[in-house]
Amino acid sequence: MTSIIAPPAPGPPQPYRFPAATRSTLPSGANVVVASLRKLPLVTVTMLFHRAGADADPSDREGLADLTALMLLEGSAACDGAALTERFELLGSSLAIAADWDAAQVTFTVQPSRLDDAATLVAGVLGAPAFPARPLERIRAEHHAERLQLMAEPRALADAAFDWRCYAAPARYRRPLAGTMASVGGITREAIDAFWRTRYTSDALTIVVAGDVTELHALRAAATLSGSLGASGTRGAEVSASPPAAGPRLSLVARTGAAQTELRIGHVGVERRHRDYFELTVMNAVLGGLFSSRINLNLRERHGYTYGASSGFDWRRAAGPWSVSTAVKTEVTAAAAREVLAEIHRIREKEIAADELELATHYLAGVFPLRFETTAAVAAALAAQATFQLPSDYFDTYRDRVSAVSPADVLRVAKAQLHPDQLTVVVVGDVAAVRTQVDAIGFGEAREWSPEEVERAP
Amino acid sequence: MRVPVDTYRLDNGLRVTLSEDHTAPIVAVNLWYHVGSANERPGRTGFAHLFEHMLFQGSKHVGANQHFELIQRAGGTLNGSTWLDRTNYFETVPSHHLELALWLEADRMGHLLPAMTQEKLDTQRDVVKNERRWSVDNRPYGTWWERLQALAFPPSHPFHHSLIGSMEDLDAASLDDIAEFFRAHYTPDNAVLTVAGAFDGSAARAMIARHFGGLPAGKNRPPLASTQIDARFGTWKREIVPDDVPLARLFLVFRIPPFGSPGWYAASVCGAVLGLKRGSRLYRTLVREREIASETTAFTYDLSKGGDLLVLDVTARPGINAETLEREVVREVDALAAGGVEQTEVSRALALIETDAVSAMQSAQERADRLSLFATYFADPARLNTEPERYAAVSASHVSAFARAMLGADNRATLLYVPREANAQ
Repeated sequence: MTSIIAPPAPGPPQPYRFPAATRSTLPSGANVVVASLRKLPLVTVTMLFHRAGADADPSDREGLADLTALMLLEGSAACDGAALTERFELLGSSLAIAADWDAAQVTFTVQPSRLDDAATLVAGVLGAPAFPARPLERIRAEHHAERLQLMAEPRALADAAFDWRCYAAPARYRRPLAGTMASVGGITREAIDAFWRTRYTSDALTIVVAGDVTELHALRAAATLSGSLGASGTRGAEVSASPPAAGPRLSLVARTGAAQTELRIGHVGVERRHRDYFELTVMNAVLGGLFSSRINLNLRERHGYTYGASSGFDWRRAAGPWSVSTAVKTEVTAAAAREVLAEIHRIREKEIAADELELATHYLAGVFPLRFETTAAVAAALAAQATFQLPSDYFDTYRDRVSAVSPADVLRVAKAQLHPDQLTVVVVGDVAAVRTQVDAIGFGEAREWSPEEVERAP
Repeated sequence: MRVPVDTYRLDNGLRVTLSEDHTAPIVAVNLWYHVGSANERPGRTGFAHLFEHMLFQGSKHVGANQHFELIQRAGGTLNGSTWLDRTNYFETVPSHHLELALWLEADRMGHLLPAMTQEKLDTQRDVVKNERRWSVDNRPYGTWWERLQALAFPPSHPFHHSLIGSMEDLDAASLDDIAEFFRAHYTPDNAVLTVAGAFDGSAARAMIARHFGGLPAGKNRPPLASTQIDARFGTWKREIVPDDVPLARLFLVFRIPPFGSPGWYAASVCGAVLGLKRGSRLYRTLVREREIASETTAFTYDLSKGGDLLVLDVTARPGINAETLEREVVREVDALAAGGVEQTEVSRALALIETDAVSAMQSAQERADRLSLFATYFADPARLNTEPERYAAVSASHVSAFARAMLGADNRATLLYVPREANAQ
């Protein structure tokens, strides 16, 4: 029995404001967002190509956006991949180019004195990439290696199986961001070149600069970075809908003798710009987003089923999935799944208590200044604002919006956006040992898949 | 890039370091206890880590799971981690909650035992066993870090055994063990406390005195067994592991001078030349040019006691077998040992290391953790500020000399994962 002496009271809260950012548009059409942060001699630059994200991949050529991004790192005729890497790293920086669902990103962090050199190197690549044949085959082989590793790795298998079974064809989100072995195998050099030519354009581009630079210096660098690009005449970024799969679906992937089951439970969520974004964020924090969430305390602290259990929305321009994720001891697979289901029902049936709400809202509002200590974090936040076209006062009103959410709001959005009768459930583990008990839960028709099928995602 | 360092000791031996920075209204509290898996007695592997879990289960004035909840309610983040020779606990909170963080750390440092129950121990034991399953048993190559330690250190050495422990030893852990471990190692004179971020120095000193000042120093702490180790393996040790993996993977290990010793910096830079990012030797030759590997990296363990380890970690491409993988990696190592490094390679490594160090200093918690590290291992937190100079002094000839002396066949350990026949690609 512990005697509880109250913790010390806090002092008066100190004010914090997200760094101010200036916005302008270059003659080429590129938008530039600059946040001058005088802290340490570092600056992060992120270029967002809004029409070059993976959601633009054609059917059966999934991975085109990501492969194009990776191939840009293989340089130009004047400066090949090895030379580009060496020159960039001699500046103490490394250049990352990759696609996510909503945009392709070119990003690097460098000391301000080297920003101009870095910008010149990047512009040289973006303007005249060579897309050489041998590196293309090498990167294809690296992707192949990743897919082989995925098939042997329970966590990755569970994630891939969940996405695949959660969405109905022809949703792009069924297949991984970087594509499958088959889809990447079919991508030609011509397709990569065409993707770059039509989508890496100055008029569908936002350049974010965050760090120890003046606005003038940042604008100059942005002009250099975008100076070699063409224009497409198309600013808009098309967003394909990603329809959810029909009905309850239970998918099993067998790993004989596995000590743990990787469990995924969820369904399609809502798009990032949904009007209930803040309410859903708070609801999810209470349900499974925080360490002290219902799902984690239930599965980990109360029952000892797992090292950790969490839930989350994957926010994208189109509706990304909402899912619960955990790895549990094999013997308690069905019991853990029942507890998750029970928690999903519970938060839809009754308003959460005031102190539960406060834990979530105080956390989300209080942690706000802790999220932006680095130039990279500030740049990423501004990039998200640009990608999702969030209001200009988004950061200034974030804490107020979160704090305004009530238990009634949480109940409303839980009822509206959690669908316990339409769950996709994935079980990766010792299927022979757990199948009967899991079937008994009533998730619906069950199918067993091999790792190869999950990888192919037909 | 000098970080302010104000350091002193309480009468009970607690070393305190304060480092003010008022850029954002947040403050990081960081505590290192100078105890880790190395201090475990036989039959109790994994105990230090299990104990770390227990630290979050409450203390005399703090209810079960309240530590997490109180910090999160205050808008803070927190965690802890166990390593071979230290355990750290840390939270970052909005500045006005500094005293809460200090009170929580002091309560569990001074008064943990009243809150320890068999039920909590049993639950955390299950959690840790699940952690073991998740991070070691149920993933390809998951056993590598256990096997590498066992291979690189003799059985009698405190760093030999598994950090996360065996299921059997975890089952054997009792409440008596908890009490004994706490009294022996969780005392102010065996700890360093760092506070970094936006706070008032004299207010912080007063809070620290109020909450930690009354805790008694420890007594009868069992000394750590000798960590003395030969500078070289003296041979080429090998362990081959057939496993359910699709691709061969090699960990090639070398003994190097202890972390922070004069000779260590050349070893660290050598590791960066070989395996840091894509301009590194191994990436250029094995991934890009010869297409032997799909991934390459290199890292050090940063062990300041006895001797450190440099590890090259290389995964094969599909179609390349384990034998070929090892042969090609060794070929590159031999070439570097014989031919040395170019100045441009060292310049690249130093540029990347420098930017990394500056970048890490952006975060209050990272600054605090580094200050705690230098306080614990070198009794000199301000040493953080002179590390860049030690790196900058490393020349190509230093690195080449290190490579010639220490990368030879008399100082290697191979840990090689080989796909079982059925999985081989």
